[in-house]
Amino acid sequence: MSHERFLLNPSACATEPNIDRNGMNSLSERTHTLHEAAAERVLILDGAMGTMIQRHRLSEEDFRGRLFAVHERPLKGNNDVLCLTRPEVVKGIHAEYLAAGADLVETNTFSATRIAQADYGLEDWAFRINEAAARIAREAADEAEARTGVPRFVAGALGPTNKTASLSPDVNRPGFRAITFTELVAAYREQADGLMAGGADALLVETIFDTLNAKAALFAIEEAFDARGERLPILISGTITDASGRTLSGQTTEAFLISLQHVPAFSIGLNCALGAEQLTPFLEVMAREAPCRVSAYPNAGLPNELGEYDQGPDAMAEAVRPFLEQGWLNILGGCCGTTPDHIAALARVAAEYAPRPLPANAPAS
Amino acid sequence: MSRTTTLQLAGLEPLNVTPESNFINIGERTNVTGSRRFARLIREGQYDEALAIAREQVEGGAQILDVNMDEGLIDGVEAMRTFLNLIASEPDIARIPIMIDSSDFAIIEAGLQVLQGKGVVNSISLKAGEAEFLQQARTIRRYGAAVVVMAFDEEGQADSYERRIAICERAYRLLVDQIHFPPNDIIFDPNVFPVATGMAEHRRNALDFIEATAWIRAHLPGAHVSGGVSNVSFSFRGHPVVREAMHSAFLYHAIRAGMDLGIVNPTLLGVYDDLPADLLERVEDVLLDRRDDASERLLAWADEHGSEGAASQTGRAQAAWKELPWRERLQHALIQGLTECVEEDAEAARQALGSPLAVIEGPLMDGMNEVGDRFGAGKMFLPQVVKSARVMKQAVAYLTPFLEAEKAKGRPAATVVLATVKGDVHDIGKNIVGVVLGCNGYRVVDLGVMVPKHDILDAAEREGADVIGLSGLITPSLEEMAEVVEAMAERGMSQPLLIGGATTSRVHTAVKLAPRAPSVDVVHVNDASRAVPVVAKLVSDTQRLGFLAELKADQEKVRAQYARDREAKSLLPLEVARERGGIAGESAPAPAHPGVHVFERVDVAELRQLIDWGPFFRAWGLAGAFPRILDDEVVGEEARKVLVDAEALLDQWEAEATIRPCAIAGLFAARRVGPESVAVGPQGVQFEFLRQQLPQRDGVQRSLADFVAADDHIGCFATAVHGVEAWAQAAADDGDDYASILAKAVGDRIAEALAEWLHREVRVRLWGYAPDEACSVEELIRERYRGIRPAPGYPACPDHEDKRAIWELLDVETRLGIRLTETLAMTPAAAVSGYYFAPQEARYFAVGLVGADQLEDYAQRRGMAHEQARKALSMNLHLA
Repeated sequence: MSHERFLLNPSACATEPNIDRNGMNSLSERTHTLHEAAAERVLILDGAMGTMIQRHRLSEEDFRGRLFAVHERPLKGNNDVLCLTRPEVVKGIHAEYLAAGADLVETNTFSATRIAQADYGLEDWAFRINEAAARIAREAADEAEARTGVPRFVAGALGPTNKTASLSPDVNRPGFRAITFTELVAAYREQADGLMAGGADALLVETIFDTLNAKAALFAIEEAFDARGERLPILISGTITDASGRTLSGQTTEAFLISLQHVPAFSIGLNCALGAEQLTPFLEVMAREAPCRVSAYPNAGLPNELGEYDQGPDAMAEAVRPFLEQGWLNILGGCCGTTPDHIAALARVAAEYAPRPLPANAPAS
Repeated sequence: MSRTTTLQLAGLEPLNVTPESNFINIGERTNVTGSRRFARLIREGQYDEALAIAREQVEGGAQILDVNMDEGLIDGVEAMRTFLNLIASEPDIARIPIMIDSSDFAIIEAGLQVLQGKGVVNSISLKAGEAEFLQQARTIRRYGAAVVVMAFDEEGQADSYERRIAICERAYRLLVDQIHFPPNDIIFDPNVFPVATGMAEHRRNALDFIEATAWIRAHLPGAHVSGGVSNVSFSFRGHPVVREAMHSAFLYHAIRAGMDLGIVNPTLLGVYDDLPADLLERVEDVLLDRRDDASERLLAWADEHGSEGAASQTGRAQAAWKELPWRERLQHALIQGLTECVEEDAEAARQALGSPLAVIEGPLMDGMNEVGDRFGAGKMFLPQVVKSARVMKQAVAYLTPFLEAEKAKGRPAATVVLATVKGDVHDIGKNIVGVVLGCNGYRVVDLGVMVPKHDILDAAEREGADVIGLSGLITPSLEEMAEVVEAMAERGMSQPLLIGGATTSRVHTAVKLAPRAPSVDVVHVNDASRAVPVVAKLVSDTQRLGFLAELKADQEKVRAQYARDREAKSLLPLEVARERGGIAGESAPAPAHPGVHVFERVDVAELRQLIDWGPFFRAWGLAGAFPRILDDEVVGEEARKVLVDAEALLDQWEAEATIRPCAIAGLFAARRVGPESVAVGPQGVQFEFLRQQLPQRDGVQRSLADFVAADDHIGCFATAVHGVEAWAQAAADDGDDYASILAKAVGDRIAEALAEWLHREVRVRLWGYAPDEACSVEELIRERYRGIRPAPGYPACPDHEDKRAIWELLDVETRLGIRLTETLAMTPAAAVSGYYFAPQEARYFAVGLVGADQLEDYAQRRGMAHEQARKALSMNLHLA
């Protein structure tokens, strides 16, 4: 397939939202295909990577592989490093999700920024992890596409990192921040570069619990686009942490939406933290206010007392049905606790409904 | 509402400026150029009071907060960053959008980098030409902010109607046409200049502004208009009544012309309709340039009325709460996160209650409990809780000297050791607990993340911890916590253990953690604000016992409820579970050598190659994977020592006749004779298995019996190492307990290695279904081969009872001298027994909970008394 992409007119600013409003002709072929697919159906995003990796019961040695056999810190639990040490496991999971009907697979890069990898002493591997992750997902998607003839896309995932730019970790110093915007931009830039180098079709800034972190990610993405002279569709997904209906950093859904409206996003939505039912009021705000496509990939219900997600595929599919009935969604997938069975069930129910129509003044992305 | 005309801004909450909106107030007091007091506070680093000004603005009705740090003696970049970060920690302030006000773009950018919401930059202009103007606008756009554009160009500030509209139009076209800046994110400031200055050229200042505003709104679609209102009354400084009237009247007319935002002190604003008629008339004469002597007449009015009436409405939002009694005031301050009167109130409380401790444990704790309740109910969110903790801290800091004075009966500062457990890197919650406890006078030792259990407990012992706190976010951390509980019991530690983190719960703590070690008090703390009252009770001589008794009773209740719930809801009826059972695949190939095979002695030299050393180190309480454990900073040295001793012992045992590893395996025809029953061999011995009843993810409810087809084969085995016990006893008799334990631990490893060795013999040779298998030792240890060997008493077949059947089939006791005790333990202790299943799809699983129906069925199959079966399966039952 062609990976040719639209080269920006240098006089056009990458950050302005109305770019390409003259039509799709100026978009890359892949992006164009993604737009077409989104116009005709609710796209299915894959499910949890962590849940699937846990099923493999990998040992410390698996996580280390040969590459990090002598690394000084434990790596077990560093799911992202598996892109380098056990790529076949990661690819296998992508393949399972694709077989279940996912149109988009997320790269296994939730914690693959330099910042998050520093906990494992692997900060200098961040670019390589992202590049490998995108390549693995690319292979799995291409194979599925070749086999089925249905276009499959790779969404390069940029997670929230483990630091918050707008909250102090130290109550005695409320003005203190453990991370700065500039540091976040640098880390996300490296991640975005890696994901694009590996062949991602789109970039997904996800599980946003601090909007300032996301703004840094999006700032970095725009820089990365400028540097490459090409744009990819940007998907954005925030996380409402609890019953207060706010992000961890305190924003309401609408405030969150407004705070990121400078980005010409392909889609915006919510994921994680809550099950589909609990997500309803916040998703309704999204569907009403979002100027672009709307996505949702909730958890498989709320965790039970033992921290496990036990909402089954059919129950979850029924829980999201009202979203589809209301015509709220363009992209549907699963987060924590979801499996290929969940995705298959979601794909089945999504196929019964039309996608949310794109608002008239939506920015091209 | 139309998105093309709405200006959307956000702090923690949205602000939509639509054509239908009322005028949007921009608070102006947090501006060093406009407020001398604010400037002094910033210069002196008094940020608490500076924040109080911001709060006052919000409480006074400001909908956007203008922050300006442009002053020669202030490091503007640093002050802007610091102040906005502080505001971000004050949810009551941060709920509204911020306007970053500076003429220095470096300060603007510093502000933009700490703003999570969508704010406004105030301002940019064409002063230095188009290139810089557009570059700055692009940068602002990339940070996601709206922008105020001053009517200012290369020639200077616009001071006439014509210049105002010309510059605004030019700026608009550049922004919208050239860089596609959203027009609704553009706010023009067409310059509010003073009137009644006595100079003729200033007479139209207000009117030109108002008319330019109307033109902009009519001709530049989407754009908004703002202005610094107080400028207009500059000539009347010292005459607040006149100024208030001028502001009100100016706003009235400017708003009618289309000005929809304004920088105005909301506490210095009169109500247009309530202005005295004579004053209003004179003010409007000035503003609208209606008379040549307008200025003089207004001045005359001002002189006549002096500067009285300074009783403006400033302070009308001044807190009525300050009139409340101290108890309510403390509660209010804690909930609102207000520090200003907390010391005063703590003192009042101390005098009323007679003891600083009583204040902490009484009203302060009550306040924090309320905070915790509201947080739990979603009525408060994290930044507010953190803020409440700060109030608490100040109160405690104030009370601390009194506490120390009361030393005689006061408590020494308790120590709390905190850690995020092994394998988990999430520490936000733990850090918050740490600071909250620290704030409350506890000594907190934070061990960080990914801390192995023994490191936690070592530190707790070293530091003399009174309380230990564990945190973890991911599910696997739950098991790690359980291991900490067990390890504490093993070490005889009795400190209370706090459990926190997103996946933890009161139920999990009661059901899965507390029962692991009755000697350890395990307390679930569902959020940071609860940590303080809980720790306070745990270290209080008077409250500890009562609290623990309550806790234990509550956990008992939770467990009982959990058991009932599990029984009632979650378990599948046995019949359903059976329908969802696994399907036996093809029958296993017939064994190459069926029947019983005895190995009287297997060489230690051969077996030691197959040892899995991991459990050996665990037996010594040394945590870590082999061989990496040998290089572990903490336990590495100890691990190396004990391994050297083990290897030396094995060297001895290779040549030692009394150490005799022996093994037996039998391969038999087998038939599935019931859903969970398999008949084995010619004597009609039966294995009775159990089936999963907790619904499984993949929908398959497994039983080991599923791995046996109607006409099939199965194996069983036993291994043991004779002579170890005598060896260990001899060492113990010599007074060498270490050698004694070492012998037992190594003996166990040999028995396990023997089971591994025997299983390979079976696969490759005796059963022979995998003649070409070539697994490395590591692959063997990781079970990378076809077939399984589950052992009775382990999760896939939790009852030990089938050992009797194995002993009967293989005649183990006679042939190898391995005996079963009445409770079905094997002697010698270094022994392993189990079944062999050959199918490719065979795998280990845990039966987990079983229901009363299966218990009944199982007892019947076994011909056991109900009570006996119940005992045998007690770990798998949750019946009360």
